[in-house]
Amino acid sequence: MVEQTDIRVVRCGGSKICFSTPILTNDSRFLICASGDSVKVFSTRTEECVHVLHGHANQVTGVALNPANHLQVYSCSLDGTVRLWDFIDGILIKTFTVGYKISSIYVSNKHIGVIFIILPMQSNENGEHFQLVAVRLPSALEQELEARELSAVLSDVSPVPACTAFGQGGDYIASAKGLQLCVYFFRKQKTYRFKLKATDKKGARNAFTCVACHPKDDCIATGHQDGKIRLWRNFNQKKEYTYSTQHWHHNAVSALCFSPEGMHLLSGGVESVLVQWHCKEVNKKNFLPRLGGAIAHICVSPDGQMYSTSHTNNKITIISSFRVSAVIQGLVKGGSVQTDLMIDPRTKALVLNGKPGHLQFYSLERDKQLYSLDIVQQEYIYQAGLDQFEVVKAALDGTASWLATVEQRGSKISSLEFSLKLWSFNEKAQSFELNTTITAPHQNMITAMCFSPAMDTTMLVTVAKDDQFKVWLLGSDLDEQKKQASWSCEHLGSYHGLQPTNCCFSGDGSLLAVSFAEVVTLWSPDTWELLTTLCQPPGTIEDLCFGRLSCSKYLLGTTTKNLLCWNLLTCALEWSTSMDVCVLRTDPLSENVAAFCHNSGKTDLFVFRPSEPRPLFTQKAVCVGRVQRCIFVPREDPLDSCDEWSQWLNRSRLHFLTEQMELLTFSTRAEDERILNSRKELLVDDSVAMTPFYLLLGKHRQQQQEKQTSVPSQAADRAQLPQGCVAIRELLHTPAHVLPPASFLCSVFLNSLLISNTGGRDEKELPEQEVDSEKEEVDSEEEMEMNNGPQGVRTQGSVGEAPPSLSRAEEKELRRLRKTDFSWVTSLTSS
Amino acid sequence: MGEFTVHRVRFFHYMPSAVRALAFQPQRQKIAVARTDGSLEILNRADHLFQEKVIPGREQRGTEALAWAGQRLFSAGLNGELVEYDMQELREKYRLDASGGPVWTLTCNPQGTRLAVGCEDGTVKLFEVCDDGIQFERNLAKQKGRILSLSWHPSGSRLVAGMAGVIWVFDAGTGQSVHRLLVERGTGAPRSKECVVWSVVCLSDGTIVSGDSSGNVKVWDGDTGTLIRNHQVTKWDVLALSVSQDETSLVAGTSEGTVVQFQHLSVVLGREDKEWVQTRTFKNHTHDVRAVLELDTAVVSGGMDTQLVVRPLLDKIDVKTSASALRKIHFPHRRLVSCSRTNLPPLSRPSRGTRALQLAGEEHICCSALSPCGGWVVVSTVTNLRLYRLQCDETISITKVTNQICFSSDSSYLFTASTCSSVHVLALSQSGCTFVCTLKPKSCSGQAILLLTASDDGKWLAAANADHEVQVYNLQKRKAYCTVPVYSSGVTAMSINPATNNLFMVHADQQIFEFSLEQKQYTDWSRLVHRKGLHPQWLERDTPVTNVTFSPRNPAHVILHDMYMFCIIDQTLVRLPSVAKLVNQLTLRSLPEKERRAHSHAFKICKTFKELLFVELLEDQSLVVIERPLLDITAQLPPPVRQKKFAT
Repeated sequence: MVEQTDIRVVRCGGSKICFSTPILTNDSRFLICASGDSVKVFSTRTEECVHVLHGHANQVTGVALNPANHLQVYSCSLDGTVRLWDFIDGILIKTFTVGYKISSIYVSNKHIGVIFIILPMQSNENGEHFQLVAVRLPSALEQELEARELSAVLSDVSPVPACTAFGQGGDYIASAKGLQLCVYFFRKQKTYRFKLKATDKKGARNAFTCVACHPKDDCIATGHQDGKIRLWRNFNQKKEYTYSTQHWHHNAVSALCFSPEGMHLLSGGVESVLVQWHCKEVNKKNFLPRLGGAIAHICVSPDGQMYSTSHTNNKITIISSFRVSAVIQGLVKGGSVQTDLMIDPRTKALVLNGKPGHLQFYSLERDKQLYSLDIVQQEYIYQAGLDQFEVVKAALDGTASWLATVEQRGSKISSLEFSLKLWSFNEKAQSFELNTTITAPHQNMITAMCFSPAMDTTMLVTVAKDDQFKVWLLGSDLDEQKKQASWSCEHLGSYHGLQPTNCCFSGDGSLLAVSFAEVVTLWSPDTWELLTTLCQPPGTIEDLCFGRLSCSKYLLGTTTKNLLCWNLLTCALEWSTSMDVCVLRTDPLSENVAAFCHNSGKTDLFVFRPSEPRPLFTQKAVCVGRVQRCIFVPREDPLDSCDEWSQWLNRSRLHFLTEQMELLTFSTRAEDERILNSRKELLVDDSVAMTPFYLLLGKHRQQQQEKQTSVPSQAADRAQLPQGCVAIRELLHTPAHVLPPASFLCSVFLNSLLISNTGGRDEKELPEQEVDSEKEEVDSEEEMEMNNGPQGVRTQGSVGEAPPSLSRAEEKELRRLRKTDFSWVTSLTSS
Repeated sequence: MGEFTVHRVRFFHYMPSAVRALAFQPQRQKIAVARTDGSLEILNRADHLFQEKVIPGREQRGTEALAWAGQRLFSAGLNGELVEYDMQELREKYRLDASGGPVWTLTCNPQGTRLAVGCEDGTVKLFEVCDDGIQFERNLAKQKGRILSLSWHPSGSRLVAGMAGVIWVFDAGTGQSVHRLLVERGTGAPRSKECVVWSVVCLSDGTIVSGDSSGNVKVWDGDTGTLIRNHQVTKWDVLALSVSQDETSLVAGTSEGTVVQFQHLSVVLGREDKEWVQTRTFKNHTHDVRAVLELDTAVVSGGMDTQLVVRPLLDKIDVKTSASALRKIHFPHRRLVSCSRTNLPPLSRPSRGTRALQLAGEEHICCSALSPCGGWVVVSTVTNLRLYRLQCDETISITKVTNQICFSSDSSYLFTASTCSSVHVLALSQSGCTFVCTLKPKSCSGQAILLLTASDDGKWLAAANADHEVQVYNLQKRKAYCTVPVYSSGVTAMSINPATNNLFMVHADQQIFEFSLEQKQYTDWSRLVHRKGLHPQWLERDTPVTNVTFSPRNPAHVILHDMYMFCIIDQTLVRLPSVAKLVNQLTLRSLPEKERRAHSHAFKICKTFKELLFVELLEDQSLVVIERPLLDITAQLPPPVRQKKFAT
């Protein structure tokens, strides 16, 4: 049992970045957003994730800039803590424990040292009623503090963060719930409540959806269920309050935001159009259409230069001067992943449904979407109730040179439209290109599809509800019109008019198993001859897979009640066990098979080998609800755990998708420790040199001063060997947006190359290569300071460790090299 | 109650004309409504917006502008004449040519002493309001182009005039122009199309607000002549502006049929500096809104779609009552149709049904009547009265000013109401009609008579006038008999019960009275009704009862109707509707027997028919119902301005 605790379920990226309203920093350089149980800091220019602020133990529900210090950010979470971070360095400064689930956070310049959070009412803990609470943050110096000084401001508020907003100058706070708008004035300590009727004769739906306050005037903008925007004024009177109504959105307004000077009001909704209203001229408005996804949040930078819109498909669009300037795309998770999870062996990316009509390639390592492949190639219309093409099936062949997709529209057979598309990988363009489109490849919808793993043939098998399976082959003969070979149907098979459910190739491609209702049929792909049938009633076969490697003689199948294993040599059932398997997957690199079993609302995991009766690993209650999909992802560097329980994780990781569309994985203790160590290392590094940028620039400055005082010594020259490698690493591994100008880097880079190669054998050849490359650099960067480069590296080297001794000959050679090098380049630049 | 055979009649193509101007008299709470056919209506805001007086118009004399000068009402039109009205006699007092071509606008200064008239030739003429008329005072500096809108500064020292493309500010003392404010075309408007200032309003702090044809409401600083704010309200024209008395709210009527409200609000709460902020938009009209009035607690608007809409501003009203609901006035608050109880078809005015009477002359009809025997038709204009025999179309012309006409039950006498609340009695015979006598009230208030009704036995005649007084005359003695106690609200319909000779009256506040003529006091039934009180739903109805008749079979059944329903009151049933719910007959029928008895009451209400003009029960228990569907009226209107509708 002790061993079992070694392996735990962890989130592995792909979490929502559109969960709460992000914030843009004062200088609009960074965007800070909540992502799962961490806070991510993105660069607004390069779209790169700069920092991930780990620390919260549950979903982060809100972020807010510290009004006292614009380089710090508060974050609140459902784990009941508020944390203060330095987002520039990614350091946790303080942790305030509140002790209740916090659903949002608000700060104001007028209330420094006080934050406003929304908590569930103490009276009922089941979390239906919420209140707005002011929390005075203790100012003690400790890192972990308890914030117990709570005072209720408004009771019965909406837990939705967008429904509450601070008013002009922080004098009042406005909050809407249902059909009621509350405005609380802090000075008078008085609440005004304004009610709307639920509907009227014209069918208005007046429920509030969001609130925003004008930063300069006393004006509250509210968004409504039917797409209206109301601008409230005079709300410090019970009766003589007034509002004007604007209507553009055809569906609920989900986000509202005023620009910092109050000149514009931004609104967004499901139409995926950002609307900019002019506050002074009510009828004038600008539109930014086709943002590609329903807008969930809008955020404006404090200088008003930059907007950001968060979309429900896990995307943040950064808009500067009312044009899209950058897109931060997370893992797109719709209602369900209809295609299976796949791994692109080329990029090691996870392939699944992306935004409507697309396949996304998501890098699990970098937690970033690599690219999105447009399958349907039709404009998606964001409107409820429309039946549009969706990618329902996708399959990659073993080398990822072919991709097969099925897109489908309509669920009834009468209105069903679907087509099979085959994509070939173009090495030159490094992307998939459409090769063949087969409209209506079957009479009814395709239920399963797989490529043959055999190396010599490219073969695709599709199984459909029209009681047939079809085999598609890449044509060998070239057409006159077309340059490429295209796919065509090779064979059509059926079995007693039964409906096929699934298909699977054996590991070497020599056998094809197709399950027809309760019967598994085995076919030879060479002759298309039915070899044998396997049957184990009752229950329709749902999932089917062959064992791998040494277990390749076994065929596994699942029914709703049983897990079955046949021995193909004896054509008899080897063993069967009674369990409700939702997902069955084999590890391509080992004999292991993972089976997720649904058991009374929870899902258990069994990892086993078909040949052995005892499971390698079991874990009860991996998650709540059914597991939707799972996949084994090969590791880049295998673990060397010899522990029996965690051995199955050595070569690949198991990722799985839950009912709540959370992507989870298993992590061993060794792995955890490794990550922890690397993080500590990073922290130590940071304490020595803050950032690579600082490192380079700071050293450059030092060196400049030193240059005037002292002539570089010979010994310093030699010290560059190990440091040079560091420079290269920094150059290659630092994100581009934090790098100093290329004019600095060039010299560092060149020098590092130069020294590292001095130990090499062909010393005579090298200088010329060096010079060549440097010449190119000089051409491109004309303002490069010639004399600074090598010296900069020299001093940098002297900081580090003692110079290693070099032989006299080497030293002499070096000196000679240096001289020629300089004169050559200076003459070149002067000419 | 039984069932009736219904004659559902739609041949009366009554067509109201568009509202052109509105004016409000704050002391007596009267709203004057000018329509494009030149007729004038006076609504009393204190009395449930009851249409107290109607002054008929004339052909070719459309009214363009209205102005109250104290209690006196002036109007001006494109024929270039100024008209003052006699509010007691309900006719024009005099006409005066302004001698500047067609008059586009007319305003009176807040003191009520001077009238300013904007003319086609570009002059603004000032008239002094004297006791017996108006006197030309002076011309202000003449401009090029017509003056389309005028507004006085509340102090009366300045006058703002709107023209095509320019607003002039005049000093009323010297007559010289002080400022010239150029109103530019809206962006994208063609060069040839000039921006016409349809309406201007001058506020007491010198701010000038203008509404123009490019759809802008512009706020100007009147002292410096600079534009402060521009509100683009519509793509079409802003036609009318009106500001509230305390100058905190301003409304603008547009061609789209919307009324836009602006409020003078402090931008930051608690601070003094205020701005005009566009707040609410009311969309109650389908066509151009030609006239608006902001009355502090309500916005009154009227336009091309002929209806008058009173939209309450709920934030200014403390208690929600029937008076604070949205009201739309479509039809006149009078009976337009009379019906003979013999089996002849009913006659309407101006009738185009079975047989239309073409009347010579350009004056509009002010009232008409059909004799109970069905043989006589009488039609009156402001200046003359014509009597027709239905068989031979013989006309007998009598030149007398008449406000109301009524026949005696046996069709032998004709009663015509005349000046000074007097009633002329004319005897009808086959050869013609002869004047019999004049009935005069005991105390003459001088107000015009609005309603006349004679008893079935020919003994009594009741006359109600605009001062809410009801005089009863004894026709046998031919002199005044008594006066019904004066009630605070005007009488909208009355009739004398043929069996008991009780005078049945319905007032504008929906109260019902029954007055016994013999005993000269209210009947027991009437007292009972008032002790118990009427049902709140009955009192909340917003159209007045326009006709009261009695069932010929059973005179205890009183039939009355308003625009949306007709009701039969069974006077024998003492049971009044319970407070809980006023159930109408249709829902009553659907209830089970036991509940039906519990819910049944003396008021039998039927809402089957829409937009009723007239309901009458004939001798043979058949019901004549005259409908005028509003859709038919809308269909006859010119098409409204084109508007983009979502998803079209």
